[in-house]
Amino acid sequence: MNDYSILFDAPGPKGKRRERIANVVGLAVVVAIAVWVIWALVDKNQFTAAKWKPFLEGDSWTEYLLPGVWATLKAAFFAVIGSAVFGIGFGMARLSSSRIVRAVATVVVEFFRAVPVLILMIFFWYLLSNSGAVDGEVSPLYAVVIGLVLYNGSVVAELVRSGVDSLPKGQTEAGWAIGLTRGQTLRLILLPQALRAMTPSLVAQVVVVLKDTGLGYIVTYPELLRQARLLGSSNANLLAALMVAAVLFLIINVTLSLLAEKIPDWLRKRRGGGPTGPTVAGEIAPGATAPQLAPGAPPANPGIA
Amino acid sequence: MVTFFDDVRMLFRDFDIWGAFWMNIKLTFSAGVLSFILGLILVIMRVSPVSSLRRAAAIYVMTVRNIPLTLVILACSLGLWGQLGIKLAPKGPDFLATNSFRLAVLGLSVYTACFVCESLRSGINTVAPGQIEAARSIGLGFSGVMRFVVLPQAIRGSITPLGNTLVALAKNTTVAQAAGVVQAASFMIMAIEQHGSIITTIFAVVAAGWVIIVLPIGLLTTALSRRFGVAR
Repeated sequence: MNDYSILFDAPGPKGKRRERIANVVGLAVVVAIAVWVIWALVDKNQFTAAKWKPFLEGDSWTEYLLPGVWATLKAAFFAVIGSAVFGIGFGMARLSSSRIVRAVATVVVEFFRAVPVLILMIFFWYLLSNSGAVDGEVSPLYAVVIGLVLYNGSVVAELVRSGVDSLPKGQTEAGWAIGLTRGQTLRLILLPQALRAMTPSLVAQVVVVLKDTGLGYIVTYPELLRQARLLGSSNANLLAALMVAAVLFLIINVTLSLLAEKIPDWLRKRRGGGPTGPTVAGEIAPGATAPQLAPGAPPANPGIA
Repeated sequence: MVTFFDDVRMLFRDFDIWGAFWMNIKLTFSAGVLSFILGLILVIMRVSPVSSLRRAAAIYVMTVRNIPLTLVILACSLGLWGQLGIKLAPKGPDFLATNSFRLAVLGLSVYTACFVCESLRSGINTVAPGQIEAARSIGLGFSGVMRFVVLPQAIRGSITPLGNTLVALAKNTTVAQAAGVVQAASFMIMAIEQHGSIITTIFAVVAAGWVIIVLPIGLLTTALSRRFGVAR
């Protein structure tokens, strides 16, 4: 947690007492809200044994939830690989020396960033299943992966571009000075540094991908959410099933987010304690260039999507 | 090319495309206002001297931003309404439409509030520490520091991330599909179901609609942050 104690003075005896009172009141309010929610759920018979017992049975896990987790991870895996390829490809195209390549890449990237992922998924879902290009059964998977790749790949392309742009100009000049071509300079000098500086944002983007597989629910991809709903309707414990799905998503994503926060430290250590690479400015860490109030950069904001 | 325009004209004649997109705009506006208020409350809790509030806000943000929006919306429509019987609209002929609209707005706001909170927090991070020290040294307390010094600059400093959040919110309104709100994504599905042969045309119309909605928000954000951004 970042330290915001600069916003207030170190409390004296009177302030400490006030703070303690406020703390107790705050805690009471939070607890009251929690109790009220739980009470409402109990009142609606949501915490009866019958609603929660199915989660102790092996079938619920082997037939519904684990296949759901697997489908979610599978789609996310393909989407992450695809986005990385698409993103680095189009990111480099946006830095190309040819004006036409640059323009085309810009239009493509901006287009896929403007169109909602769900719209892309619905389009490819119908396109693939109507045209019979792929088997009807796997068309939702393809739709989910393609939709995620096009959107997240475009976000990665922007990351690559702004990452390379924020490198000191001397790096390019040094590359040219030792006789590398433009392409070689980009590939051998600029890209590795930009990718390293981008790593936290990239991992944060993986969380976005994982969350967005949830959209697969609407295009009938049997991911965790859809499986949880199936389980919920067959046991008449829909809310409980959704809660379990939420917890599973939380476990996966919080682990990834924690990883994203640790990575800069690891990279710093590997480079022998030097300063971190330039932060990717723009939508990743807005205002990161300005003087920081809290120590350390704010956690990379993983866009919403 | 001629058939393309004929198809587009036919789509506009047979479907209420304007109405569908208008619904997305209404969702964006309502959820935008509500999530900004919620996000502002969250960020004040997040940086306050009261540790229980600080922790509560941190846990809320961490929880909600790590679960899919589809789940949040489903929890509102299937959970709040379907299971718990909580109704957000008066009985009447358009009960179903109004209720699902309000449930979707609730879900979108609860979700987006986290990102508003994080945007504002990144704005607070841009306020120079000297400013805050100066404010404290002339005797302002936490609320004074926040009200007169930090928030005015933080909100201006977070125009860009807030704009990005708004764009994401606008696009996320299509997820209201999961709550049964009829909007652009529903139009797309209905149109494809009836005219399967012109999928690409339908996609082009919907995509064009989104580009028209999203681009101005981006341009406005850039213009606003140029105009109001804190010069340093």
